[in-house]
Amino acid sequence: MLGGLDFDVIQRSFLYLFKEGMSFTLTLTLLAMTAGIVFGTMLALMRLSSFGPLAAIAGGYVNVMRATPLVLVIFWFYFLVPWIGGWLIGASEPIKVGAFVSSLVTFIMFEAAYYCEIMRAGIQSIPRGQVSAGLALGLNYAQTMANIVLPQAFRNMLPVLLTQSIILFQDTSLVYVLSITDFLGAASKVAQRDGRLVEMYLFVAVVYFIICLVMSQYVRRLQLRLAVIR
Amino acid sequence: MDQAMISIRNVSKWYGSFQVLKDCTTEVQKGEVVVVCGPSGSGKSTLIKCVNALEPFEQGEVVVAGVSVGAKGTDLPKLRSRVGMVFQHFELFPHMTVLRNLNLAQIKVLNRSAEESTQKSQALLKRVGLEVHAEKFPGQLSGGQQQRVAIARALAMDPLTMLFDEPTSALDPEMINEVLDVMVQLALEGMTMMVVTHEMGFARKVAHRVIFMDQGEIVEDAKKDDFFGSPRSERAQLFLSKILHH
Repeated sequence: MLGGLDFDVIQRSFLYLFKEGMSFTLTLTLLAMTAGIVFGTMLALMRLSSFGPLAAIAGGYVNVMRATPLVLVIFWFYFLVPWIGGWLIGASEPIKVGAFVSSLVTFIMFEAAYYCEIMRAGIQSIPRGQVSAGLALGLNYAQTMANIVLPQAFRNMLPVLLTQSIILFQDTSLVYVLSITDFLGAASKVAQRDGRLVEMYLFVAVVYFIICLVMSQYVRRLQLRLAVIR
Repeated sequence: MDQAMISIRNVSKWYGSFQVLKDCTTEVQKGEVVVVCGPSGSGKSTLIKCVNALEPFEQGEVVVAGVSVGAKGTDLPKLRSRVGMVFQHFELFPHMTVLRNLNLAQIKVLNRSAEESTQKSQALLKRVGLEVHAEKFPGQLSGGQQQRVAIARALAMDPLTMLFDEPTSALDPEMINEVLDVMVQLALEGMTMMVVTHEMGFARKVAHRVIFMDQGEIVEDAKKDDFFGSPRSERAQLFLSKILHH
């Protein structure tokens, strides 16, 4: 049954797949993860703020993002951001935003909503007494958050943050709708050029599977180690 | 008028419609040790937390070292940095070493240098008998050791007064004394202290005054000997008979 398949195509395109495709996928994942966690933490602090409007804005943002399909968000940003950007700086024409910047901004904004919920749970898991202790020593709210609550919340939530990042890694493949050459995009270009769709898509699936499996195993080990420290 | 270190005037506080503090008034003079006792739910912890504004209150006034705690323009972090507080559950920062726990606020609030803070911290750890544990994390210490670290952490700020919120209630019996010893030492050195505790032995030994609270009210506020000798109120008599005879 596999007789008609030609897996040589993988070997031929190997360098291109990883040098062009995978390096883009990893760059996008790491940048979106870092900025997404920072932005998500800010959203979490806003959601937990006692100042109503701030909490409402962050809550609304998170709910909209979480209730919208990612592909739609990618489209929105790609087509709307140039117009909004142009309108903001008062230009008569839409500004030029490259596919990479557009997709990076999209993933930061989208994933931040999920990271926000994780960090919010993490912050809420820290006993109130820790905040009291910080304040009682004369630290102000920001210092108490930065030195006492957030480091502990981040440590407690590290496995969940990484699990979300594995999902982000898989989600980045959706940039193919913008014709970007990520790992999947690169593979699908080769597949169409050489007429080897089955081989290439099988290979892509296996690579994604292996990377995600290794990462999940690492997260599980990390979880056990953190449990011991606490 | 001679100025009290802590002055609590007609303080009332509500949780919704439930009144936790009812018109509480008392004073703590400089160098005085005041023990606050009473059955659980009597509002004693809430009262002590009003002193450094960890608990807001709706009515009345609390003045610490001449500064009104509830007033609008009060620099609360600055005020709190001069009022040491020790909690029932220690509340050490578990992600920092013992030394970092002591250094943190010295550096961030008092703007001391790292060397100066470390010097101060090590002297205080030595004083509570824990200098060899400076590089350990709180989770590696026993409850009694953790509470002594917490006292050292509060002392590192050179506080004008110290508040203790049931400092021995969460400890195993065999560890209570090591913590009380440190507190007795402090009291004998003349530290102004307000201590919420059920340890009547401690009260007998070093307290100047005892405040007895019940249902949000200060029922009795008496010199130590008067309180233990002949409590005036029936409620205080009942309370004493319960905790002293077992």
